[in-house]
Amino acid sequence: MPHDHPHHDNHLDPMDARVRALETILTRKGLVDPAAIDVIVETYAHKVGPRNGAAVVARAWTDPAFADWLARDATAAVGSMGFTGRQGEHVQAVFNTPQTHNVVVCTLCSCYPWTLLGLPPVWYKSPAYRSRVVIEPRAVLAEFGLDLPPECQVRVWDSTAELRYLVVPLRPAGTEGWSAERLATLVTRDSMVGTGIAQAPQ
Amino acid sequence: MNGPQDLGGAMGFGPVAPETNEPLFHAPWEERALGLTLCAGALGRWSLDESRHARESLPPAVYYNASYYEIWIRALEVLLTRHDLISELELETGVAAAQSPDPRRLRPEAVPAALARGTPCDRPLDGAPRFAVGQRVRAKNAHPRTHTRLPRYLAGHTGVIETVHGGFVLPDANAHGLGERPQRLYTVVFDGREVWGEDGEPGLTISADLWEGYLDQA
Repeated sequence: MPHDHPHHDNHLDPMDARVRALETILTRKGLVDPAAIDVIVETYAHKVGPRNGAAVVARAWTDPAFADWLARDATAAVGSMGFTGRQGEHVQAVFNTPQTHNVVVCTLCSCYPWTLLGLPPVWYKSPAYRSRVVIEPRAVLAEFGLDLPPECQVRVWDSTAELRYLVVPLRPAGTEGWSAERLATLVTRDSMVGTGIAQAPQ
Repeated sequence: MNGPQDLGGAMGFGPVAPETNEPLFHAPWEERALGLTLCAGALGRWSLDESRHARESLPPAVYYNASYYEIWIRALEVLLTRHDLISELELETGVAAAQSPDPRRLRPEAVPAALARGTPCDRPLDGAPRFAVGQRVRAKNAHPRTHTRLPRYLAGHTGVIETVHGGFVLPDANAHGLGERPQRLYTVVFDGREVWGEDGEPGLTISADLWEGYLDQA
């Protein structure tokens, strides 16, 4: 995937001209308003991102009634926090346990819970991740620096339909009495995809 | 379709190589590509299923050499010409005559509500589910030339129904303009050994969300 690496030179990128031309045509034809594109980009750059998911996870760690709701009807539970919409219309939360580690993939495209995690990283959309995580997840997780204990089983969720999965990682030890706001700082994006775990308190 | 998108279990793509402190976009054109794709989709001429099919219908050599936003743009060009929103000539020359705004053009002030609404795909269904929780089912050994969401690596394999969901739009029909034809959806769990034999990691289970028509009683 030559375009996936950050070192390419934008000035030489033929995609730059190609996308510019397409935007010009669509704007001229009254099909696209460039200002709407600006709002979309702004939304995913600053408003919708992994902080949403982290707030959900931290609340589930501190509020058993909410955790129960999240397990039964995640769409409604996260919707009550204002997290609804595109690529999050139907949500399911899957909870890690000491015995089972959950990891999410879309082998067929790039399905990802945008409302909770924002836009997916390049690796999530890459053929390497999509091809390998369903056959050798431990090897893939090791590349993220995550070595699971041998007794922990791996469950891979292939997002083949319109359900979008949020992994609820295990709450780190040593965080007793922490507020949800403080706990949310330990919840990484990768821990909610399953390619990581929540950070330990410093 | 057994296209380049159907990647589960394919080999030779190398390490995953997650990028540290990855930026949200790797070039300014990626921002525009995202916005163009969403704005064009909002015109309502095609479904998300048709978009996915356009992406997976790119030639494999193109698909594997493109970044994901490039895949989106190439597919968007196909969709725009297929639905007569732009012509091949306009695409080639980059020149188009000015026209008045399309009534469905996404306005900037409508973006937040449109994104917050999304496009729910659940549909009411009549009739009882064909399968029950705990039942063993076999994913059909199906290889349609058309769009499907049954991954090749699960075709023909046996799993267990874990969750019975409601009705959802059937991508196999909707991607081709054949209507929504909703069917019941199931989360089906497969043992890694059943899917990969001795070549999968031990202790692995995989689930997929599969429509009723993808499944037979095992």
